[in-house]
Amino acid sequence: MSEVNWWEIEPGNIVFEPGSTREYHTGGWRSLRPIWDNSKCIKCGVCYVFCPEGCVSQDEDGYFTADLDYCKGCGVCAHECWPGAIEMIEEGG
Amino acid sequence: MAKRKRIGMEVALAAAEAVGMCDVDVAAVYPITPQSHIAEHLSDLVADGKTDTEYVTVESEHSSMSVCIGASGTGARTYTATCSQGLMLMHELLPIASAMRCPVVMSVANRPVNAPLNILSDHSDIMPQRDAGWIVIFCENGQEVVDLTLMAYRIAEDKDVLLPVIIGIDGFILTHMVEPMEFPDQKEVDKFLPVYKPYATLHPDKPLTMGAFAMPDIFPEMMKAKDMALINSKKTIVKVWDEWEKKFGRRYNPVETYRTEGAEVILVTMGSMSETAELGVDMLRDKGIAAGVAKIRLWRPFPVDELKAAVKGAKALAVMDRAVSPGVGGAPVFTEVKAAFYDADAKDRPVIVNWVMGLGGEDVTGEDFVEMAEKALKAKKGEYEFFGVR
Repeated sequence: MSEVNWWEIEPGNIVFEPGSTREYHTGGWRSLRPIWDNSKCIKCGVCYVFCPEGCVSQDEDGYFTADLDYCKGCGVCAHECWPGAIEMIEEGG
Repeated sequence: MAKRKRIGMEVALAAAEAVGMCDVDVAAVYPITPQSHIAEHLSDLVADGKTDTEYVTVESEHSSMSVCIGASGTGARTYTATCSQGLMLMHELLPIASAMRCPVVMSVANRPVNAPLNILSDHSDIMPQRDAGWIVIFCENGQEVVDLTLMAYRIAEDKDVLLPVIIGIDGFILTHMVEPMEFPDQKEVDKFLPVYKPYATLHPDKPLTMGAFAMPDIFPEMMKAKDMALINSKKTIVKVWDEWEKKFGRRYNPVETYRTEGAEVILVTMGSMSETAELGVDMLRDKGIAAGVAKIRLWRPFPVDELKAAVKGAKALAVMDRAVSPGVGGAPVFTEVKAAFYDADAKDRPVIVNWVMGLGGEDVTGEDFVEMAEKALKAKKGEYEFFGVR
């Protein structure tokens, strides 16, 4: 985010640009990263449904990945994946 | 200036009449003693078609303030009224209204907070709202309630302000008193208070975000902006009050004074107690004691300079508090007054005595003010006492 001084803030902190939240990459908060083992994946889409960020998407082959710009590493997908295809690994580890 | 007819009316009804003249779009009021007559009379005015207002019958004060904030976001002029437990329930929403710069106007019929249950009058309900970022103005009589309510929207909606305003009307002592009051004509009000032009509105054709999430990289800047908005609002408040004087002849100041010329001891008051304090000062002056009253009208933003100017030269100040700030060793008005003098030269620093009085609707008489002033005049250093407590 650009540096904004207090006197430059819109009254009421109003954001006039629709969809500007996209510019905020919450992926920077992540300490754990989801890794899919496609050999175990049954393409059920539970990870896609449960992702609270809506950052899981399906590729052309029907497998799933997370958009790491927004994935906070919460691990909900790994917790819900009943075939156990998702592992949370430490970032930078 | 036109000579106007004075009308005898209960002050709560007069507050509602004044609101009814302000072309309010949305009112969401939940009744609570001693505010109820405001809620009832405003709903009468709406039902009788005297004001074109959407009156939302909410299920709680939390909802009434939520309705006001939401409606204000769409560009509506909004009103509510409450006190005591209702104000406490509403508390969560108050800093949101001010941070989102919603110019809501709210009458507060000042009443104690539980426990013990008490429905009469003091300032215990307003004090926990001190830091909510609202403009807070106190009235001492019915005419002031009418005038300050009519001026509240002009202040709140000014593009340099955009802040919500509380009008403090002491419960029962003011709300339930029948007093003579003058009302301007509707045409004069319309001229004084133009149609509200919001800074921004929620509309599907022009999407925007109000009340967005903020991280530490911008949150402190937002808080500073909010603080400065309230501090800077004083200029506009005084400007609007100046204009009122020109049009209607009645003068309003952040701190009002009564017989402070050459006063050795000055009673610092707020709200309805101020007129009784004037009686006390008359008695003191008759006894040859140079006493005066400095009445804080503008509680937030706190008028430090005006207060210091109003009490200049006094040897002692007797600061009246109609509320307790438990665990501090001084009540809310007192701590502000004392802080105002911290930087003053020793010779300009009066002895400041704090009297907590009038709690739970307890009567405080002119004689009581005489006693409090005399004791303050004898004090060698600051004191903190509950007046008359056994």
